[in-house]
Amino acid sequence: MEDTKTIFTRPTALKETVTHYCPGCTHGVIHRLVAEVLDELDLRERTLGVAPVGCSVFAYNYINTDFLEAPHGRAPALATGFKRLRPDMIVFTYQGDGDLASIGMGEIVHSANRGEKFTVIFVNNGIYGMTGGQMAPTTLEGQVTTTSPRGRNVADVGMPIRVCELLASLATPAYLERVAVHTPQNIIRAKRAVRKAFTCQVENRCFSLVEFLSTCPTNWGLTPAESKKWVEERTMKYFPLGCYKDPDKEVKG
Amino acid sequence: MPKILMKGNEAIAEAALRAGATNYFCYPITPQTEVAEYLARRMPEVGGVFLQAESEVAVGNILFGAAATGKRVFTSSSSPGISLMQEAISYIAGAQLPCVIVNIMRGGPGLGGILPAQSDYFQAVKGGGHGDYRLLVLAPSSIQEAVDLTMLSFYLADKYRNPVMVIGDGMIGQMMEPVEFPENYKEPPLPPKDWACTGAKDREPHIIKSLFLDPIALEENSLILHRKYEQMKTEEVRCELYKTSPKNKILIVSYGTMARICQTAIDELEAEGISVGLFRPISLFPYPEKELYTEVVRKNIEKVLVIEMSIGQMVEDVERIVKGARPIQFFGRTGGVVPSPEEAKEQIKLLLKKETIAKPRKKKKA
Amino acid sequence: MAQFEVTLAGFGGQGIMTAGQLLAYTGIEEKKQVVWLPSYGPEMRGGTAYCTVVISDTRIGSPIINNPTAACVFNRPSFDKFSPRVKPGGLLLVNSSLIDVTTDRTDITELLIPANKIALDAGNARVANIVILGAFIGASKIVSYEKTVEVIRSKLGRKKEMLDINLNVLEKGFKLALDIMKKAGKKEKA
Repeated sequence: MEDTKTIFTRPTALKETVTHYCPGCTHGVIHRLVAEVLDELDLRERTLGVAPVGCSVFAYNYINTDFLEAPHGRAPALATGFKRLRPDMIVFTYQGDGDLASIGMGEIVHSANRGEKFTVIFVNNGIYGMTGGQMAPTTLEGQVTTTSPRGRNVADVGMPIRVCELLASLATPAYLERVAVHTPQNIIRAKRAVRKAFTCQVENRCFSLVEFLSTCPTNWGLTPAESKKWVEERTMKYFPLGCYKDPDKEVKG
Repeated sequence: MPKILMKGNEAIAEAALRAGATNYFCYPITPQTEVAEYLARRMPEVGGVFLQAESEVAVGNILFGAAATGKRVFTSSSSPGISLMQEAISYIAGAQLPCVIVNIMRGGPGLGGILPAQSDYFQAVKGGGHGDYRLLVLAPSSIQEAVDLTMLSFYLADKYRNPVMVIGDGMIGQMMEPVEFPENYKEPPLPPKDWACTGAKDREPHIIKSLFLDPIALEENSLILHRKYEQMKTEEVRCELYKTSPKNKILIVSYGTMARICQTAIDELEAEGISVGLFRPISLFPYPEKELYTEVVRKNIEKVLVIEMSIGQMVEDVERIVKGARPIQFFGRTGGVVPSPEEAKEQIKLLLKKETIAKPRKKKKA
Repeated sequence: MAQFEVTLAGFGGQGIMTAGQLLAYTGIEEKKQVVWLPSYGPEMRGGTAYCTVVISDTRIGSPIINNPTAACVFNRPSFDKFSPRVKPGGLLLVNSSLIDVTTDRTDITELLIPANKIALDAGNARVANIVILGAFIGASKIVSYEKTVEVIRSKLGRKKEMLDINLNVLEKGFKLALDIMKKAGKKEKA
């Protein structure tokens, strides 16, 4: 056994917890990416997470840092208050699409516009998971949910909100990138984005947000494999991956 | 230190700084905006944090996040803005974080008006947001008292890890009076803030939350809060008596600026040979229950007159405490109408003549 | 003096609030209790501003004063509103540069002060408030002239030129009021 060495372990920023997320849900992957980056940048011991309301309200059961639990949608406000008083600490919010793009739209837009130096992990699965599959501001046109049983009718409720594009319209510098985690290649790219987002914060440069196109097999009524296909064929068509704002390119302008 | 003439709003702002609260978040609203304007100028001088946010909803939650650092934090607003903060205040109370909220009340409901009122008594004293929680509520009646109570409020917030609200009507915010700030301000010792989020270095993570899906755990959290409120009831009751005397037949109960207007009425009646006393609660929660009851059941007291700048809110607490031991009358003006000393005098005289609120007489048919 | 109340009223921009504050500062300098309460309601937007200053030897009760011991009115709407409210035996100071009527009340002392004219003659129309302040002190003797000068020096002393004008018109208003009161006193005796 002398020739064996450990090449894969649980990051220290991840607690040993039995998952409560549904099979095929990608919250677990995203939690892990955050934890790996906190480990790699050696940030865990000076990091505060802010949990949302939604499935990931229990993020603090997994991610091994200090945590605040915010009212629905207000995580960016809590992060603002904390980070303003403790600019030496690393602060991130972890928010779903109902939390961030519906009830918390005011807080996210103004935090981004003030250029608050915290990181947002935005998990967009196009549906309200915790309450059992209601229509979200990011639900795709025609997509069936419990509150859009005949499919999202854009004549009635408008088109899905593209958060990265919307925030990119603000003049304040920021780092904004949309990623996916349904394939290994995408997970590698996503991790690069998370790393860059936290690095922007460590360097005290700008607001940073990484939008993850995530899955919800349970409420989409699909198998985990079908869900990944849905991301590839449906979600990514409306929510193109890529970097929407980069402080490196902004500063020069 | 010599006395200086200061507007209530500015004096409150300065008092907070002197109590070490150098972190302030706000959204403009009349009649308290001078707190924000003063601190926008002053905060950079003391190296503190000043932020005007996008809404009172955000302010309440920024306050929540900031309070988790363990540093002293506060906000100020007026009635409609305080309503918007109720979500965060409920969470802050549930998560047991200290903070101070100043409410310079204006007339309501709705957008109401901008003139002085005491119509947020229920909201302040009975909870305001959802769930089993209370705020510790202090009501100054002068600018000096606003300074003293504001400074005290930060100590109390830390002592109980609970939000403290300082409430004053619009006049407290707008009027100027001479004030003196204590030199070498000292507080009794407080326990270390070992609950604050400072990074999970050499310890388990601190998780500040109000979610307890297990009902037994949630009940236990509410009981922890309840025990704090019981402790407040024994340790934080504050009130003032004015010209109470064994020969008085009437006891007035009034707080804040309204109590001062009653004082003038009492002084003027005294000159006319009529002796009336005033009971002024300074802590509205915890309410000075025993103290009030003791004054009410004195031998000669025949009636209790509650006067408020509302349509009748504190009077419900007085009724609860007096428990029918004496008849209670109420007089109030609201919407920004401030009862004058003359009106207060008239009410007292009516009571003395036993002409209580006139009941419509049945007309005999001819 | 147990307690003295004065309401100052006029258009926004006439320096009403400042004059009231200067009086309150002077009261503090003389170790008295003071309250300064502004109107901050809808009137503020409508152009009329007023404040009430209470000066007392003892703790001040109500900051709300419906019937003050004195009123200083700077414009016609303020004259109409406040001249009936002055307590019997009280003072009414009228800015006669802008108000062309007088009260028909006989139970108060009315002083007609051409404040804008005096201010203009001294070189700045904006110091009409200080003219009235001087006149008020002369008529009421509620605070000393010397202390008021001290307060003006410390609060309005940033620009030497303006300070000189302010002190000049304070004295003019003060002396004019002394003269008027003297004549009124003689009339009473006669």
